[in-house]
This record gives sequence, structure tokens and C-alpha cells, in this order.
Amino acid sequence: MDMASITASSSHSPSRTRITQEPRWVRYTLITIALTFLALFLFVPLISVFYEALKKGVAVYIAAISDPDALAAIKLTLTATAIAVPLNLIFGVAAAWAITKFEFKGKNVLITLIDLPFSVSPVIAGLIFVLVFGMQGWLGPWLAEHDIRIIFAVPGIVLATLFITVPFIARELIPLMQAQGTEEELAAVTLGANGWQLFWRVTLPNIKWGLLYGVILCNARAMGEFGAVSVVSGHIRGSTNTLPLHVEILYNEYNFAAAFAVASLLALLALITLAIKTGIESKVSQQKGPNHEH
Amino acid sequence: MKLQTWFTVLFIITSLSIVGPARADKTLLNVSYDPTREFFQEFNVAFSKYWSANGGEKITIQQSHGGSGKQARSVIDGLAADVVTLALAGDIDAIAEHGKLLPENWQTRLPKNSSPYTSTIVFLVRKGNPKGIKDWHDLANGCVAVITPNPKTSGGARWNYLAAWEFGKHYFGETRVQEFVSDIYKNVPVLDSGARGSTTTFVERGIGDVLIAWENEAYLALKEYGNDKFEIIVPSVSVLAEPPVAIIDKVVDKKGTRVIAEAYLNYLYSEEAQHIAAKHYFRPSDETIAAQYAQQFTKVKLFKISDTFGNWKNIHQIHFSDGGIFDQIYLK
Repeated sequence: MDMASITASSSHSPSRTRITQEPRWVRYTLITIALTFLALFLFVPLISVFYEALKKGVAVYIAAISDPDALAAIKLTLTATAIAVPLNLIFGVAAAWAITKFEFKGKNVLITLIDLPFSVSPVIAGLIFVLVFGMQGWLGPWLAEHDIRIIFAVPGIVLATLFITVPFIARELIPLMQAQGTEEELAAVTLGANGWQLFWRVTLPNIKWGLLYGVILCNARAMGEFGAVSVVSGHIRGSTNTLPLHVEILYNEYNFAAAFAVASLLALLALITLAIKTGIESKVSQQKGPNHEH
Repeated sequence: MKLQTWFTVLFIITSLSIVGPARADKTLLNVSYDPTREFFQEFNVAFSKYWSANGGEKITIQQSHGGSGKQARSVIDGLAADVVTLALAGDIDAIAEHGKLLPENWQTRLPKNSSPYTSTIVFLVRKGNPKGIKDWHDLANGCVAVITPNPKTSGGARWNYLAAWEFGKHYFGETRVQEFVSDIYKNVPVLDSGARGSTTTFVERGIGDVLIAWENEAYLALKEYGNDKFEIIVPSVSVLAEPPVAIIDKVVDKKGTRVIAEAYLNYLYSEEAQHIAAKHYFRPSDETIAAQYAQQFTKVKLFKISDTFGNWKNIHQIHFSDGGIFDQIYLK
């Protein structure tokens, strides 16, 4: 119905559309600039990564990826992501819910704190953990006494990843939930819904696209994070090297084909994430369509 | 409803994937500096073979590489290294002093100042030596771009700096040496954090006219890129660089790896290891084996740090501490 009204109104007033339309040369220049930019800064590097990776043949490519150190790096990256993303999902939804649906003291402080990882350099983020958990730091000696390893071990890498990716989901949801307001929730409460029903039946369906988008951004950053992780990693091969760190090591060892092979893996992970996003999107909209018809 | 199942599935997958890595066999962590990557890759295989042939248990040797100073800092901050094999004694001194992880007299525990191999500092220039660089004083020439890492984080960079300083002391005299070294660093467009970073800057990114490099690093670059792209220039005088090795007592005693860590370091002095070192262009400390490779290394007048600069603590205090001479010349 909406679509019909829009097309109807535009066909009724052709003069208005002409006024808002730029001359042809402006449109083509803009399109050319956008496309050239995309080609130069997205497609060419992406293609060159795969080209360099496969330049020395598929055998070299497979050998580089199935190397035990590479496999360990893949596993570590996936582990860190699998912990960081769900935790940030819970935190992001909780924080966005609290900020947009309630009034409370210190709300601005919370919003500022969520933005902190965006404004702090990743290297500083890594150093924060070294200063807290390092042997010369506050908790280091106590941790060492109890044989607990945080930095230069997997927990440190997970912590650094978590810290860096905190804002992604919350930041995605807050403007969305603010725009939606609280009317639907109020209506549901009036009709006798409890908190849990409210969340699953009203709030979550409303925010799911924003949430999904936040999860995807968060996921991409978690897999690709370099700076903060580099500081807390200790660079132990086969143990505390994530994929981006492994790429750097291979590159520094003149092992360019392998470096690009692992880099192409990271690019592939990103493309898979995109594909999953598109897949879910179309699936849900298919389900949504008939439901609305009924 | 549908959404709820999605989230349930997500959480099940997540909780399944959080399974800690379980390693049964013993691990040994060697925290090393930048240019030893290829050497230790080969040495670790040799040692593992030797160790299991002599009835030792199965071991996994893990490697970590980076700028020597940075690596020492990580060990002080808690990186659980069983052994450190760093670029200079000063960095291991720092671990003893600030981390209290090994005794101060660590360097006397193994032969040859705990340095199983030595090296020196040479220049790598582009083929044909277009800028005509022959000796240290050519590096102070304003039209030459010099690549060297940051002495604050890199061990090799400190050897570079000290070698230049020693040359300047004799060539220009005590009073003008600081000015000379300062002139060299004015020609440095980028200070990488480790020796390997600088090599990549010079050979891969094509920045600079001359790389002040470890001898082994320079030969490795020649091997990787071919003689037709670069050549090595040996200066009139250079430094005898002694990269030392040590056990980190606090770590091995806690992990129960002292015996194997000691065997690991001792094996660096074995005939097999000395040959591997020479193969990777480190100068063997064993004289008879060194003699076999005499042709491989150019003869150059080498001075010892202990004869000219004293101990590393003083060197660090005067040159590389906050506000020290390096800060004065580089921040100027």
C-alpha cells in the first residue's frame, strides 16, 4: 500500500522530480567517482590478496593454511570471537535497553563509558591489561602465585578483544531503540505482558536487524583486531598468535605466499560473515512476508 | 519463537567452542629477538631429535620473536619464557634487575659470556652502491637516507648506535662524536621497533639508501632477494655483537623444566648447533668450526663493548634511558 502511494504521487508531479534531479553529467560523475573509489580501494586490494596467495600454486596455499601454527591461529581467533561476540551481545542489549527505556542517574556516564574503546587507541587498550595483569602490575604477583595466566595467554587475548568490541552492538541499538520509543512496550504491559514476554515478543523483534548488524560488525572487528591483541599476546607461535598476528609473522619471515594465504583466509571469513548476513536477511523477510499477509 | 531458537542455537555453539587447549607433552618457550627466526626453526628440530634420541620425553618448543628490548619487557611483565636468547646482555640484565627472575651473575653461567654465537654490524646497500657508501662517516652525509631500528626497543639498533659512536670517537674525536651520531639519525626517515621490521622497510618497501644491519640479517636478505639487488658493505670498524642466552630461573623452577632448558642452551654450543648457526650467518663461537667458515665472513676490525663502553647498565644510563643521549639527539 505504501509503495503504491509513493509511485502514485511521483507520477502526479513530474516537474518536482525534475527539479530535485541533478543534471546528467553530475550524476555520471558522482557514479564514476564512487565506482572508481570502490574499485581502487576495495576490489583491487581484495583481488590482489587472493592473487598473491595463489601465485605459487594451490599446493603452497594449502600447505600454508594447514600448517600447525596457522591452524592454532585460526582456532584462537575463532575462540576469542566466539567468546567476545555473545558476551557483547548480552551486554549490548542490556545496556541499550537500560539507556533507552529507563531514566536513571549516571546514564550519561554509562553512554560515555561504552564509547571509551572507540576513542582509546587499541595499543593503549592492550597496555591497560598489561598494567593490571602484568607481573609488575596490580594483580600480576597474586595471579602468578595462584598459577593463573591472563596476559601472554588466551584469556588476555579474549579480554583485549572483548574490550575493543564493547561499543559495536550497544552503539548500533541505542539510536534505533531511542527512535522506536516505549509506546509498544507500554501497550504490551497494559495488556498484561511480563518482562520476559515483553522482551521476546515486542522489543527483540523490533530491534533484530539492528542487533544483527551490530553482531556482524562486532564479529568482523573481533576477528581482525591487531593492535590491542598484539600488546597482550607475547607472540608465541602455535599458542597465542591470532590470525592477524600470524600474517605479520609470515610476512616478516619473507614468506609472502603464506602470509597472503592466511590473509585471504581472513578476507574469506569476512565474506562468509557477509553471506550469512544476507542469507538470514532474506530468510527472515520471506517468513515475515506471509505472516503479515495472514 | 523463531528468534528464541536462533539465540539458543547460538549459545550452544558458543559454549561448545570454548574448550581449552589441552597439551599433554612438555613445552619449552624460547623468547628470542628478531633475526634468529630461521636459525631457531632449524635448531629446534635438531635439539628435539637429540633430546628424544637420548631418552628425553617428547617436547614442544615454542618460539616468540620481536625487538630484543620489547621481548625483555614482555618477560618482565610475565611472559613465561623458559629461556631467553636475546640480542644483548643489557636486555637480560634488565630482566634480572626489574623482574628478579634470574640472578644478576647470569652471564657467567655459560661459556663465552653466555654467547654461543656472535655477529657484527654491516651495511646493506642497493646494487652498485649508488650513493658510494664506504664507511660510517658516509652515513652522516645529508643526502643519504639511513634505515635502522629504534634503539629503545631493538637490540640490533643499540649495536648499530654503539658501533657508529665508537667509529666517531676515533674519526672525529670525543668532542664531536655526539654531533656525528646525531647527523646519522637525522638521516633516518623511519625507526622500526625491531631489526626485521627495518629490513622489511629497506628491502620490501624500498625506503632508504643504506640499512645498518646485523651481518646475518644482511646475508639473509641477499639470499632471499638475490645478489643482483643488494650488496653488503663492510665498514672499517665494527662491533663484536654477543647475543647472549639464559635460563629464566623463576619460570623453569615453577614449570619443572630446568633440566631440559639447561640441555637446550648447552646444545647451542654443540658441534651440530654451531654448524647450523654458521649456516644462518651467525659467527660460531667454537674456534675450530669458525675457522671452517672463515671465508664466509669478511674480516673486519671488531671492538668489544666491555673494552670501550663498560657495562650495559652504564651504557643504558648514559645513552638509552629517558632523557639520555639518544633522546637528546633524536628529539632535537
